[in-house]
Amino acid sequence: MKSLLKLTYQSLCLMMTVLAFSFAAQGVAVDEQMLDDPVQEARARILMQEIRCLVCQNQSIVDSNAELAQDLRGVVREQIAAGKDDSDVKAYLVDRYGDWVLLKPPFKGGTLFLWLSPILFLFMLAYVMISQRRTVARNTSQPQPLSAKEQAALKTLLDKEKPDSDFKEQEQGKTS
Amino acid sequence: MNRFIPFISFAGLVILFAAMMSSERNPKELKSALIDKPIPAFSLPALIADKPIISDSDLPSDTPYIVNFFASWCVPCRAEHDSLINLKQRGIPIIGVSYKDTPQASLRFLNELGDPYMLSISDERGRTGIDFGVTGVPETFIVDANGIIRYRHWGPVVGEAALAKVFAALEKVEQ
Repeated sequence: MKSLLKLTYQSLCLMMTVLAFSFAAQGVAVDEQMLDDPVQEARARILMQEIRCLVCQNQSIVDSNAELAQDLRGVVREQIAAGKDDSDVKAYLVDRYGDWVLLKPPFKGGTLFLWLSPILFLFMLAYVMISQRRTVARNTSQPQPLSAKEQAALKTLLDKEKPDSDFKEQEQGKTS
Repeated sequence: MNRFIPFISFAGLVILFAAMMSSERNPKELKSALIDKPIPAFSLPALIADKPIISDSDLPSDTPYIVNFFASWCVPCRAEHDSLINLKQRGIPIIGVSYKDTPQASLRFLNELGDPYMLSISDERGRTGIDFGVTGVPETFIVDANGIIRYRHWGPVVGEAALAKVFAALEKVEQ
């Protein structure tokens, strides 16, 4: 019974994976003029996935139906057909729209914080964890034995209590 | 001192969020990559002119001017039209680029609302728009006397705040 459930689960996972890939493959609108050379077209498609649609802003130009995305797909295809390499096409778009047109921001001065902040936060987390652990260690360490002076002070305190307890004993003696 | 760290970081976040949410900032508006760059070259058919093809060499020299992208299908462009007429009356030459629109429709639009442009050209395919880094219409560029783009207004120039910004940018360019 258990193995049957496991099998069903596994085949479901497989089906979903296959479906996901087949949807991804149909990304581009069908009414578009594609490049005749399938190798170039495949290269153009991969490049398009790295270019941001500036109208919808969180989609690549492959995923977007906006008119500007269509035009930009046309630009990418034209340039690839003209023999430009990927970095040329990217540079062409960055000249016009800025770094933001690339879905993956470049590593440079202005984006240093963006790229390095995860490491920074990791260090901050490590610092907090270590300092916390130190406090805990300090709080749970064995107490020091009382010094002679403290022992004396304790003794006087206990002696002060004595008459009181004698009194109680007397009281108890009376009633019994 | 350690007691204040949470308070200080909270105050820092409040300041950060307040700055990010201030009305001046529109997160959808992208900074133009063309600021302080020369105006891109183009060669496009004229909308109304005796010359069939207009190129960047036909643009005014030795004087600042405005380049305005518009389209007849664009509703905010209608809203912006009065501001353009206003700018024209101020004496600044405006170049109109009709973006992804048929020349006929653009002409109808200008006949209906009035023509604020010194020169109007038709960018039916939208490629010159891409060269200017246009993401939609309307967009307005202020170009100085040397042909360098100094300011880009994203969206319609409507309302006092937008007009004030455009006028401030113009004054800077006219100095």
